Amino acid sequence: MILLTCPWCGQRNSSEFSYAGNVAGRPDPDQATPREWRDYLYLRDNTHGWVTERWYHRAGCRQFFVVERDTVTDQTRDPRAGTVSLNAAEPPTAEPPANQGAP
Amino acid sequence: MAMPGLGRRGGIRPPRYSAAGLVSHGLTHRDWTPMWRRHELEPGYDVVIIGGGVHGLATAYYLAANHGISNVAVLDKGYIGGGGSGRNTAILRSNYLTPEGVRFYERSMDLYRGLAADLNFNVMFARRGHLTLAHNDGSLRTMRWRAEVNKLQGVDSEVIGPDEIKRLVPYMDVSAAARYPVLGALYHPPGGIIRHDAVVWGYARGADARGVHIHQDTEVTGIDVAHGKVTGVRTSRGPVSAPVVLNCTAGWSTLICDMAGVQVPVQTFPLQAAVTEPVRPFLDAVVVSGSLHVYVSQTDRGELVFGASVDPYPSYSMRGSLDFIEGLAGHVLELMPSLARLRLLRQWAGLCDMTPDFSPIMGPTPVDGFLVDIGWGTYGFKAGPVSGEAMAATIAAGKPPPLIAPFGLDRFAEGRLLGEKGAASVGH
Repeated sequence: MILLTCPWCGQRNSSEFSYAGNVAGRPDPDQATPREWRDYLYLRDNTHGWVTERWYHRAGCRQFFVVERDTVTDQTRDPRAGTVSLNAAEPPTAEPPANQGAP
Repeated sequence: MAMPGLGRRGGIRPPRYSAAGLVSHGLTHRDWTPMWRRHELEPGYDVVIIGGGVHGLATAYYLAANHGISNVAVLDKGYIGGGGSGRNTAILRSNYLTPEGVRFYERSMDLYRGLAADLNFNVMFARRGHLTLAHNDGSLRTMRWRAEVNKLQGVDSEVIGPDEIKRLVPYMDVSAAARYPVLGALYHPPGGIIRHDAVVWGYARGADARGVHIHQDTEVTGIDVAHGKVTGVRTSRGPVSAPVVLNCTAGWSTLICDMAGVQVPVQTFPLQAAVTEPVRPFLDAVVVSGSLHVYVSQTDRGELVFGASVDPYPSYSMRGSLDFIEGLAGHVLELMPSLARLRLLRQWAGLCDMTPDFSPIMGPTPVDGFLVDIGWGTYGFKAGPVSGEAMAATIAAGKPPPLIAPFGLDRFAEGRLLGEKGAASVGH
Protein backbone atom coordinates (compact mmCIF):
# COMPACT_ATOMS: atom_id res chain seq x y z
CA MET A 1 0.00 0.00 0.00
CA ILE A 2 1.41 3.41 -1.01
CA LEU A 3 -1.47 5.82 -0.51
CA LEU A 4 -4.37 5.81 1.91
CA THR A 5 -7.28 8.23 1.86
CA CYS A 6 -8.15 10.05 5.06
CA PRO A 7 -11.79 11.24 5.12
CA TRP A 8 -10.62 14.63 6.35
CA CYS A 9 -7.24 15.13 4.65
CA GLY A 10 -7.57 13.21 1.39
CA GLN A 11 -4.90 10.99 -0.15
CA ARG A 12 -1.68 10.77 1.87
CA ASN A 13 1.33 8.48 2.05
CA SER A 14 0.39 5.34 3.93
CA SER A 15 3.39 5.89 6.22
CA GLU A 16 1.44 8.76 7.84
CA PHE A 17 -1.10 6.29 9.21
CA SER A 18 -1.16 3.71 12.00
CA TYR A 19 -3.16 0.54 11.74
CA ALA A 20 -5.69 0.32 14.56
CA GLY A 21 -7.53 -2.80 13.41
CA ASN A 22 -10.86 -4.03 14.58
CA VAL A 23 -12.48 -3.51 17.92
CA ALA A 24 -13.00 -6.92 19.45
CA GLY A 25 -16.16 -7.25 21.51
CA ARG A 26 -14.87 -7.59 25.06
CA PRO A 27 -16.63 -10.18 27.19
CA ASP A 28 -17.81 -9.14 30.64
CA PRO A 29 -14.77 -9.78 32.91
CA ASP A 30 -17.08 -10.89 35.75
CA GLN A 31 -18.99 -13.41 33.65
CA ALA A 32 -16.40 -14.70 31.15
CA THR A 33 -14.82 -18.11 31.59
CA PRO A 34 -10.99 -18.23 31.35
CA ARG A 35 -11.44 -19.85 27.96
CA GLU A 36 -13.62 -17.00 26.65
CA TRP A 37 -11.25 -14.44 28.08
CA ARG A 38 -8.20 -16.00 26.46
CA ASP A 39 -10.01 -16.31 23.14
CA TYR A 40 -10.71 -12.59 23.42
CA LEU A 41 -7.05 -11.94 24.19
CA TYR A 42 -5.46 -14.07 21.50
CA LEU A 43 -7.85 -15.01 18.69
CA ARG A 44 -8.13 -12.60 15.76
CA ASP A 45 -9.82 -12.90 12.41
CA ASN A 46 -7.23 -13.40 9.71
CA THR A 47 -9.53 -12.56 6.83
CA HIS A 48 -8.36 -13.30 3.28
CA GLY A 49 -10.34 -10.62 1.43
CA TRP A 50 -12.23 -7.46 2.32
CA VAL A 51 -12.22 -6.26 5.91
CA THR A 52 -13.61 -3.16 7.59
CA GLU A 53 -11.06 -1.72 9.98
CA ARG A 54 -9.89 1.40 11.78
CA TRP A 55 -6.84 3.45 10.93
CA TYR A 56 -5.35 6.44 12.71
CA HIS A 57 -3.94 9.43 10.84
CA ARG A 58 -0.97 9.74 13.14
CA ALA A 59 1.10 12.27 11.16
CA GLY A 60 -1.88 14.30 9.98
CA CYS A 61 -5.19 15.22 11.56
CA ARG A 62 -4.72 12.68 14.40
CA GLN A 63 -8.19 11.28 13.98
CA PHE A 64 -9.39 7.71 13.75
CA PHE A 65 -11.46 6.64 10.77
CA VAL A 66 -12.93 3.53 9.17
CA VAL A 67 -11.86 2.11 5.82
CA GLU A 68 -12.44 -1.11 3.91
CA ARG A 69 -9.34 -2.96 2.72
CA ASP A 70 -8.75 -6.09 0.65
CA THR A 71 -6.06 -7.96 2.59
CA VAL A 72 -5.01 -9.86 -0.56
CA THR A 73 -4.26 -6.81 -2.71
CA ASP A 74 -4.20 -3.99 -0.10
CA GLN A 75 -6.69 -2.00 -2.20
CA THR A 76 -8.88 0.26 -0.06
CA ARG A 77 -12.32 1.82 -0.50
CA ASP A 78 -14.94 3.89 1.28
CA PRO A 79 -12.91 5.73 3.96
CA ARG A 80 -15.31 7.36 6.40
CA ALA A 81 -15.63 8.82 9.86
CA GLY A 82 -16.91 6.53 12.59
CA THR A 83 -15.90 3.41 14.43
CA VAL A 84 -16.27 -0.30 13.78
CA SER A 85 -18.06 -2.40 16.30
CA LEU A 86 -18.03 -6.17 16.21
CA ASN A 87 -20.82 -6.19 18.73
CA ALA A 88 -24.04 -6.14 16.68
CA ALA A 89 -26.09 -4.81 19.60
CA GLU A 90 -24.00 -1.67 19.67
CA PRO A 91 -24.54 0.57 16.60
CA PRO A 92 -21.48 2.34 15.17
CA THR A 93 -21.17 5.88 16.42
CA ALA A 94 -21.51 8.63 13.86
CA GLU A 95 -18.54 10.70 14.99
CA PRO A 96 -15.07 9.56 16.02
CA PRO A 97 -14.92 9.65 19.81
CA ALA A 98 -12.68 12.39 21.13
CA ASN A 99 -9.42 11.82 22.94
CA GLN A 100 -8.69 8.20 22.02
CA GLY A 101 -4.99 8.70 22.51
CA ALA A 102 -2.21 7.28 20.42
CA PRO A 103 -2.48 3.57 19.67
CA MET B 1 -4.50 -40.76 17.53
CA ALA B 2 -3.65 -44.33 16.56
CA MET B 3 -1.59 -44.86 13.45
CA PRO B 4 -2.45 -48.36 12.20
CA GLY B 5 -1.16 -49.68 8.95
CA LEU B 6 1.42 -47.02 8.23
CA GLY B 7 3.64 -48.82 5.79
CA ARG B 8 6.77 -48.36 3.81
CA ARG B 9 6.62 -48.01 0.10
CA GLY B 10 9.43 -48.71 -2.33
CA GLY B 11 11.62 -45.82 -3.37
CA ILE B 12 14.57 -45.42 -5.62
CA ARG B 13 18.16 -44.98 -4.64
CA PRO B 14 19.01 -41.31 -5.14
CA PRO B 15 21.87 -40.68 -7.55
CA ARG B 16 25.00 -39.91 -5.54
CA TYR B 17 26.59 -36.59 -6.35
CA SER B 18 30.37 -36.68 -6.59
CA ALA B 19 33.26 -34.77 -8.13
CA ALA B 20 33.71 -37.57 -10.68
CA GLY B 21 30.04 -37.29 -11.63
CA LEU B 22 30.39 -33.54 -12.11
CA VAL B 23 33.36 -34.02 -14.46
CA SER B 24 31.54 -36.77 -16.33
CA HIS B 25 28.41 -34.67 -16.82
CA GLY B 26 30.53 -31.69 -17.84
CA LEU B 27 32.32 -33.69 -20.53
CA THR B 28 29.35 -35.62 -21.88
CA HIS B 29 26.63 -32.97 -21.44
CA ARG B 30 24.28 -35.70 -20.26
CA ASP B 31 21.18 -34.38 -18.52
CA TRP B 32 21.08 -34.73 -14.76
CA THR B 33 18.47 -37.07 -13.33
CA PRO B 34 15.51 -35.01 -12.10
CA MET B 35 15.75 -34.60 -8.33
CA TRP B 36 12.14 -35.61 -7.73
CA ARG B 37 9.44 -37.25 -9.83
CA ARG B 38 5.91 -36.38 -10.85
CA HIS B 39 3.16 -38.75 -9.79
CA GLU B 40 -0.53 -39.22 -10.34
CA LEU B 41 -2.50 -38.25 -7.26
CA GLU B 42 -3.40 -41.49 -5.50
CA PRO B 43 -6.85 -41.91 -3.88
CA GLY B 44 -5.34 -42.25 -0.44
CA TYR B 45 -2.16 -41.79 1.57
CA ASP B 46 -1.19 -42.60 5.15
CA VAL B 47 -0.16 -38.99 5.70
CA VAL B 48 -1.01 -35.87 3.71
CA ILE B 49 1.21 -32.83 4.31
CA ILE B 50 -0.18 -29.52 3.09
CA GLY B 51 2.58 -27.10 2.12
CA GLY B 52 5.75 -27.99 0.21
CA GLY B 53 8.19 -25.72 1.96
CA VAL B 54 11.09 -26.67 4.17
CA HIS B 55 8.78 -27.70 7.04
CA GLY B 56 6.51 -29.92 4.96
CA LEU B 57 9.32 -31.53 3.00
CA ALA B 58 11.51 -32.04 6.08
CA THR B 59 8.60 -33.73 7.85
CA ALA B 60 8.07 -36.00 4.84
CA TYR B 61 11.78 -36.78 4.67
CA TYR B 62 12.09 -37.67 8.37
CA LEU B 63 8.84 -39.69 8.29
CA ALA B 64 10.40 -41.87 5.60
CA ALA B 65 14.00 -41.81 6.81
CA ASN B 66 13.51 -42.12 10.59
CA HIS B 67 10.20 -43.93 10.91
CA GLY B 68 9.77 -45.92 7.68
CA ILE B 69 6.49 -44.15 6.87
CA SER B 70 6.75 -43.38 3.17
CA ASN B 71 3.15 -43.55 1.92
CA VAL B 72 3.11 -39.78 2.24
CA ALA B 73 1.97 -36.98 -0.06
CA VAL B 74 3.23 -33.41 0.09
CA LEU B 75 0.75 -31.04 -1.58
CA ASP B 76 1.61 -27.50 -2.64
CA LYS B 77 -0.66 -25.07 -4.45
CA GLY B 78 2.32 -23.57 -6.26
CA TYR B 79 5.86 -24.88 -6.57
CA ILE B 80 7.90 -26.27 -3.72
CA GLY B 81 9.89 -23.68 -1.78
CA GLY B 82 7.85 -20.86 -3.35
CA GLY B 83 6.54 -19.43 -0.07
CA GLY B 84 8.48 -18.47 3.01
CA SER B 85 11.17 -21.08 2.30
CA GLY B 86 12.28 -19.15 -0.77
CA ARG B 87 11.67 -15.67 0.64
CA ASN B 88 13.49 -15.69 3.98
CA THR B 89 16.96 -14.29 4.52
CA ALA B 90 18.48 -17.73 5.24
CA ILE B 91 19.99 -16.84 8.61
CA LEU B 92 20.57 -19.63 11.13
CA ARG B 93 21.05 -19.17 14.87
CA SER B 94 19.92 -20.63 18.19
CA ASN B 95 20.46 -17.75 20.66
CA TYR B 96 16.85 -17.48 21.79
CA LEU B 97 15.44 -16.29 25.10
CA THR B 98 13.43 -19.11 26.66
CA PRO B 99 15.15 -22.41 27.59
CA GLU B 100 12.51 -24.26 25.54
CA GLY B 101 13.27 -22.10 22.52
CA VAL B 102 17.05 -22.36 22.86
CA ARG B 103 16.97 -26.17 23.15
CA PHE B 104 14.67 -26.42 20.16
CA TYR B 105 16.61 -24.14 17.81
CA GLU B 106 19.94 -25.64 18.91
CA ARG B 107 18.71 -29.06 17.74
CA SER B 108 17.88 -27.39 14.42
CA MET B 109 21.43 -26.03 14.18
CA ASP B 110 22.75 -29.54 14.87
CA LEU B 111 20.69 -30.94 12.02
CA TYR B 112 21.69 -28.09 9.69
CA ARG B 113 25.38 -28.68 10.42
CA GLY B 114 25.09 -32.29 9.28
CA LEU B 115 22.50 -31.73 6.58
CA ALA B 116 24.76 -31.69 3.53
CA ALA B 117 26.21 -35.09 4.46
CA ASP B 118 22.82 -36.46 5.47
CA LEU B 119 21.16 -35.47 2.17
CA ASN B 120 24.25 -35.84 -0.06
CA PHE B 121 23.39 -32.37 -1.29
CA ASN B 122 25.43 -29.21 -0.86
CA VAL B 123 23.26 -26.85 1.20
CA MET B 124 26.12 -24.33 1.48
CA PHE B 125 25.97 -23.80 5.22
CA ALA B 126 28.46 -21.11 6.22
CA ARG B 127 29.27 -20.49 9.88
CA ARG B 128 29.72 -16.74 9.95
CA GLY B 129 29.09 -15.56 13.49
CA HIS B 130 25.94 -13.65 14.39
CA LEU B 131 25.83 -10.23 16.07
CA THR B 132 22.71 -8.73 17.62
CA LEU B 133 23.48 -5.09 18.36
CA ALA B 134 22.33 -3.22 21.44
CA HIS B 135 21.78 0.54 21.08
CA ASN B 136 20.41 1.21 24.56
CA ASP B 137 20.61 -0.08 28.12
CA GLY B 138 17.36 -2.03 27.79
CA SER B 139 18.62 -4.03 24.81
CA LEU B 140 21.96 -4.61 26.49
CA ARG B 141 20.16 -6.08 29.51
CA THR B 142 18.15 -8.39 27.25
CA MET B 143 21.38 -9.46 25.50
CA ARG B 144 22.98 -10.36 28.84
CA TRP B 145 19.86 -12.28 29.81
CA ARG B 146 19.89 -14.17 26.52
CA ALA B 147 23.62 -14.88 26.79
CA GLU B 148 23.14 -16.46 30.24
CA VAL B 149 20.15 -18.56 29.13
CA ASN B 150 22.12 -19.66 26.06
CA LYS B 151 25.22 -20.65 28.07
CA LEU B 152 23.11 -22.69 30.49
CA GLN B 153 21.78 -24.62 27.50
CA GLY B 154 25.30 -25.14 26.12
CA VAL B 155 24.96 -22.63 23.29
CA ASP B 156 27.99 -20.46 22.47
CA SER B 157 26.81 -16.90 23.08
CA GLU B 158 28.29 -13.88 24.84
CA VAL B 159 27.97 -10.11 25.13
CA ILE B 160 30.84 -8.19 23.53
CA GLY B 161 31.76 -4.51 23.45
CA PRO B 162 32.21 -2.02 20.60
CA ASP B 163 35.94 -2.75 20.15
CA GLU B 164 35.32 -6.42 19.56
CA ILE B 165 32.42 -5.57 17.22
CA LYS B 166 34.69 -3.28 15.22
CA ARG B 167 37.23 -6.11 14.92
CA LEU B 168 34.55 -8.48 13.57
CA VAL B 169 32.85 -5.92 11.31
CA PRO B 170 35.42 -3.26 10.34
CA TYR B 171 32.93 -1.28 8.24
CA MET B 172 30.53 -0.70 11.11
CA ASP B 173 30.23 2.73 12.66
CA VAL B 174 30.68 2.08 16.38
CA SER B 175 31.59 5.65 17.27
CA ALA B 176 29.80 7.45 20.08
CA ALA B 177 28.77 10.10 17.52
CA ALA B 178 26.45 7.70 15.68
CA ARG B 179 22.77 8.56 15.88
CA TYR B 180 22.13 5.18 17.50
CA PRO B 181 25.47 4.41 19.22
CA VAL B 182 26.40 0.73 19.40
CA LEU B 183 26.83 -0.10 23.09
CA GLY B 184 27.50 -3.79 22.65
CA ALA B 185 26.24 -6.91 20.98
CA LEU B 186 25.18 -10.46 21.65
CA TYR B 187 27.78 -12.49 19.77
CA HIS B 188 26.78 -15.99 18.67
CA PRO B 189 29.73 -17.56 16.81
CA PRO B 190 27.87 -20.67 15.52
CA GLY B 191 25.28 -18.55 13.68
CA GLY B 192 25.48 -18.33 9.93
CA ILE B 193 23.73 -18.48 6.60
CA ILE B 194 22.72 -21.25 4.24
CA ARG B 195 21.38 -21.63 0.70
CA HIS B 196 17.65 -21.83 1.41
CA ASP B 197 16.58 -23.23 -1.97
CA ALA B 198 19.15 -26.01 -1.65
CA VAL B 199 17.65 -27.04 1.68
CA VAL B 200 14.20 -27.35 0.08
CA TRP B 201 15.54 -29.24 -2.94
CA GLY B 202 17.71 -31.51 -0.81
CA TYR B 203 14.78 -32.53 1.39
CA ALA B 204 12.53 -32.98 -1.67
CA ARG B 205 15.13 -35.19 -3.33
CA GLY B 206 15.68 -37.24 -0.18
CA ALA B 207 11.94 -37.65 0.44
CA ASP B 208 11.23 -38.58 -3.19
CA ALA B 209 13.98 -41.20 -3.13
CA ARG B 210 12.30 -42.81 -0.14
CA GLY B 211 8.92 -43.04 -1.83
CA VAL B 212 7.20 -39.81 -0.80
CA HIS B 213 4.96 -38.27 -3.50
CA ILE B 214 5.53 -34.55 -4.07
CA HIS B 215 2.55 -32.91 -5.79
CA GLN B 216 3.07 -29.37 -7.00
CA ASP B 217 0.23 -27.25 -8.47
CA THR B 218 -2.16 -29.11 -6.18
CA GLU B 219 -4.27 -26.75 -4.11
CA VAL B 220 -6.17 -28.02 -1.10
CA THR B 221 -9.75 -26.74 -1.32
CA GLY B 222 -11.30 -28.50 1.66
CA ILE B 223 -10.65 -30.83 4.57
CA ASP B 224 -13.09 -33.63 5.39
CA VAL B 225 -13.80 -34.16 9.06
CA ALA B 226 -16.21 -36.82 10.32
CA HIS B 227 -17.06 -37.31 14.00
CA GLY B 228 -14.20 -35.11 15.11
CA LYS B 229 -11.65 -37.00 13.05
CA VAL B 230 -10.01 -36.01 9.80
CA THR B 231 -10.72 -38.36 6.87
CA GLY B 232 -9.03 -36.66 3.95
CA VAL B 233 -8.61 -33.54 1.88
CA ARG B 234 -10.19 -32.23 -1.31
CA THR B 235 -7.81 -30.78 -3.84
CA SER B 236 -7.86 -29.09 -7.22
CA ARG B 237 -6.88 -32.49 -8.65
CA GLY B 238 -9.45 -34.56 -6.79
CA PRO B 239 -10.08 -35.93 -3.31
CA VAL B 240 -7.46 -37.76 -1.25
CA SER B 241 -8.28 -39.81 1.83
CA ALA B 242 -5.85 -39.75 4.73
CA PRO B 243 -6.07 -40.48 8.46
CA VAL B 244 -3.41 -37.85 9.20
CA VAL B 245 -3.25 -34.36 7.70
CA LEU B 246 -0.50 -31.92 8.63
CA ASN B 247 -0.82 -28.19 8.01
CA CYS B 248 2.56 -26.60 7.15
CA THR B 249 1.32 -23.57 5.24
CA ALA B 250 2.76 -20.65 7.22
CA GLY B 251 1.11 -17.41 6.04
CA TRP B 252 -1.92 -19.27 4.73
CA SER B 253 -2.24 -21.59 7.73
CA THR B 254 -5.39 -20.00 9.13
CA LEU B 255 -7.17 -20.63 5.81
CA ILE B 256 -6.30 -24.34 6.02
CA CYS B 257 -7.23 -24.51 9.72
CA ASP B 258 -10.58 -22.87 8.89
CA MET B 259 -11.27 -25.75 6.46
CA ALA B 260 -10.92 -28.17 9.37
CA GLY B 261 -12.87 -25.92 11.73
CA VAL B 262 -9.86 -25.29 13.99
CA GLN B 263 -9.32 -21.82 15.45
CA VAL B 264 -5.72 -20.73 15.87
CA PRO B 265 -4.31 -17.47 17.25
CA VAL B 266 -2.42 -16.55 14.10
CA GLN B 267 -2.38 -13.38 12.03
CA THR B 268 -0.63 -13.01 8.69
CA PHE B 269 1.82 -10.15 8.19
CA PRO B 270 4.13 -9.54 5.23
CA LEU B 271 7.85 -9.23 5.89
CA GLN B 272 9.97 -7.49 3.32
CA ALA B 273 13.54 -8.10 2.31
CA ALA B 274 15.88 -6.73 -0.32
CA VAL B 275 19.18 -7.54 -1.95
CA THR B 276 21.95 -5.35 -3.40
CA GLU B 277 24.19 -5.81 -6.38
CA PRO B 278 27.05 -8.24 -5.68
CA VAL B 279 30.32 -6.84 -4.35
CA ARG B 280 33.55 -8.39 -3.12
CA PRO B 281 33.35 -10.19 0.21
CA PHE B 282 33.73 -7.69 3.04
CA LEU B 283 31.11 -8.69 5.58
CA ASP B 284 31.66 -12.00 7.30
CA ALA B 285 29.28 -11.84 10.24
CA VAL B 286 25.50 -11.58 10.19
CA VAL B 287 24.62 -8.20 11.71
CA VAL B 288 21.25 -7.57 13.33
CA SER B 289 19.86 -4.49 15.00
CA GLY B 290 16.56 -4.91 16.77
CA SER B 291 16.24 -1.20 17.52
CA LEU B 292 16.80 -0.27 13.87
CA HIS B 293 14.68 -3.17 12.58
CA VAL B 294 17.28 -4.39 10.15
CA TYR B 295 19.55 -7.36 9.53
CA VAL B 296 22.37 -7.62 7.04
CA SER B 297 24.42 -10.50 5.70
CA GLN B 298 26.55 -11.07 2.61
CA THR B 299 25.86 -14.13 0.49
CA ASP B 300 28.50 -16.31 -1.10
CA ARG B 301 27.69 -14.54 -4.38
CA GLY B 302 28.55 -11.19 -2.80
CA GLU B 303 25.07 -9.68 -2.58
CA LEU B 304 24.04 -8.01 0.64
CA VAL B 305 20.75 -9.38 1.90
CA PHE B 306 18.66 -7.04 4.05
CA GLY B 307 15.62 -7.92 6.06
CA ALA B 308 13.31 -5.98 8.33
CA SER B 309 10.54 -6.56 10.81
CA VAL B 310 7.04 -7.36 9.63
CA ASP B 311 4.88 -4.68 8.02
CA PRO B 312 2.78 -2.75 10.54
CA TYR B 313 -0.58 -4.15 9.44
CA PRO B 314 -1.85 -7.67 8.63
CA SER B 315 -2.06 -8.53 4.94
CA TYR B 316 -1.65 -11.38 2.45
CA SER B 317 -0.13 -9.04 -0.11
CA MET B 318 3.42 -9.89 -1.18
CA ARG B 319 4.20 -6.58 -2.87
CA GLY B 320 7.11 -4.49 -1.73
CA SER B 321 6.59 -0.93 -0.52
CA LEU B 322 8.52 2.29 -0.88
CA ASP B 323 8.26 2.94 2.86
CA PHE B 324 10.20 -0.19 3.53
CA ILE B 325 13.03 0.64 1.16
CA GLU B 326 13.35 4.19 2.49
CA GLY B 327 13.41 3.03 6.10
CA LEU B 328 15.74 0.16 5.39
CA ALA B 329 18.26 2.22 3.46
CA GLY B 330 18.38 4.80 6.24
CA HIS B 331 18.91 2.19 8.92
CA VAL B 332 21.56 0.27 7.04
CA LEU B 333 23.50 3.51 6.47
CA GLU B 334 23.29 4.29 10.19
CA LEU B 335 25.23 1.08 10.77
CA MET B 336 27.54 1.08 7.74
CA PRO B 337 27.77 4.53 6.13
CA SER B 338 30.22 3.25 3.50
CA LEU B 339 27.43 1.32 1.76
CA ALA B 340 25.85 4.54 0.49
CA ARG B 341 26.87 3.92 -3.13
CA LEU B 342 25.55 0.37 -3.32
CA ARG B 343 22.49 -0.18 -5.49
CA LEU B 344 19.54 -2.34 -4.53
CA LEU B 345 18.73 -4.98 -7.12
CA ARG B 346 15.33 -6.15 -5.96
CA GLN B 347 12.95 -6.38 -3.04
CA TRP B 348 10.27 -8.88 -2.17
CA ALA B 349 7.94 -9.89 0.64
CA GLY B 350 7.01 -13.17 2.29
CA LEU B 351 4.10 -13.97 4.57
CA CYS B 352 4.63 -14.50 8.28
CA ASP B 353 2.09 -16.31 10.45
CA MET B 354 2.51 -14.40 13.70
CA THR B 355 1.41 -15.76 17.07
CA PRO B 356 0.80 -13.65 20.20
CA ASP B 357 3.95 -14.93 21.94
CA PHE B 358 6.31 -15.16 18.93
CA SER B 359 6.62 -18.92 19.39
CA PRO B 360 5.34 -21.53 16.92
CA ILE B 361 2.37 -23.86 17.31
CA MET B 362 3.19 -27.53 16.79
CA GLY B 363 1.23 -30.67 17.50
CA PRO B 364 -2.35 -31.94 17.64
CA THR B 365 -5.55 -29.90 17.39
CA PRO B 366 -9.08 -30.59 18.66
CA VAL B 367 -9.71 -32.44 15.34
CA ASP B 368 -8.22 -35.92 15.67
CA GLY B 369 -5.57 -36.57 13.01
CA PHE B 370 -5.33 -32.92 11.96
CA LEU B 371 -1.94 -31.63 13.10
CA VAL B 372 -0.41 -28.19 12.78
CA ASP B 373 3.14 -26.95 12.33
CA ILE B 374 2.36 -23.25 12.06
CA GLY B 375 2.84 -19.88 13.71
CA TRP B 376 6.38 -19.70 12.36
CA GLY B 377 6.28 -15.97 12.03
CA THR B 378 9.69 -14.59 11.21
CA TYR B 379 11.76 -17.55 12.42
CA GLY B 380 10.45 -20.56 10.46
CA PHE B 381 13.31 -21.29 8.12
CA LYS B 382 15.94 -21.76 10.82
CA ALA B 383 13.67 -24.30 12.51
CA GLY B 384 12.86 -26.33 9.39
CA PRO B 385 14.90 -29.47 10.13
CA VAL B 386 14.01 -29.78 13.81
CA SER B 387 10.32 -29.16 13.29
CA GLY B 388 10.35 -31.71 10.47
CA GLU B 389 12.05 -34.22 12.72
CA ALA B 390 9.73 -33.48 15.64
CA MET B 391 6.52 -33.49 13.59
CA ALA B 392 7.56 -36.79 11.99
CA ALA B 393 8.07 -38.20 15.49
CA THR B 394 4.69 -36.80 16.53
CA ILE B 395 2.95 -38.54 13.63
CA ALA B 396 4.81 -41.81 14.18
CA ALA B 397 4.27 -41.94 17.95
CA GLY B 398 0.84 -40.31 18.08
CA LYS B 399 2.01 -37.67 20.54
CA PRO B 400 4.55 -34.84 20.48
CA PRO B 401 8.08 -35.56 21.74
CA PRO B 402 9.18 -33.62 24.87
CA LEU B 403 11.21 -31.18 22.76
CA ILE B 404 8.08 -29.64 21.23
CA ALA B 405 5.51 -30.43 23.94
CA PRO B 406 5.66 -26.80 25.25
CA PHE B 407 4.66 -25.48 21.80
CA GLY B 408 1.17 -27.02 21.65
CA LEU B 409 -1.97 -25.18 20.60
CA ASP B 410 -3.42 -25.77 24.08
CA ARG B 411 -0.91 -23.35 25.65
CA PHE B 412 -3.06 -20.35 24.75
CA ALA B 413 -6.18 -21.66 26.47
CA GLU B 414 -4.08 -22.70 29.48
CA GLY B 415 -2.12 -19.46 29.68
CA ARG B 416 1.33 -21.07 29.20
CA LEU B 417 2.70 -18.63 26.66
CA LEU B 418 6.34 -18.84 25.59
CA GLY B 419 7.36 -15.23 25.16
CA GLU B 420 10.11 -15.04 22.55
CA LYS B 421 9.45 -11.50 21.40
CA GLY B 422 12.70 -10.28 22.92
CA ALA B 423 14.69 -12.71 20.80
CA ALA B 424 12.52 -13.36 17.77
CA SER B 425 10.72 -10.21 16.72
CA VAL B 426 13.52 -8.79 14.63
CA GLY B 427 16.61 -10.60 15.73
CA HIS B 428 17.62 -12.77 12.81
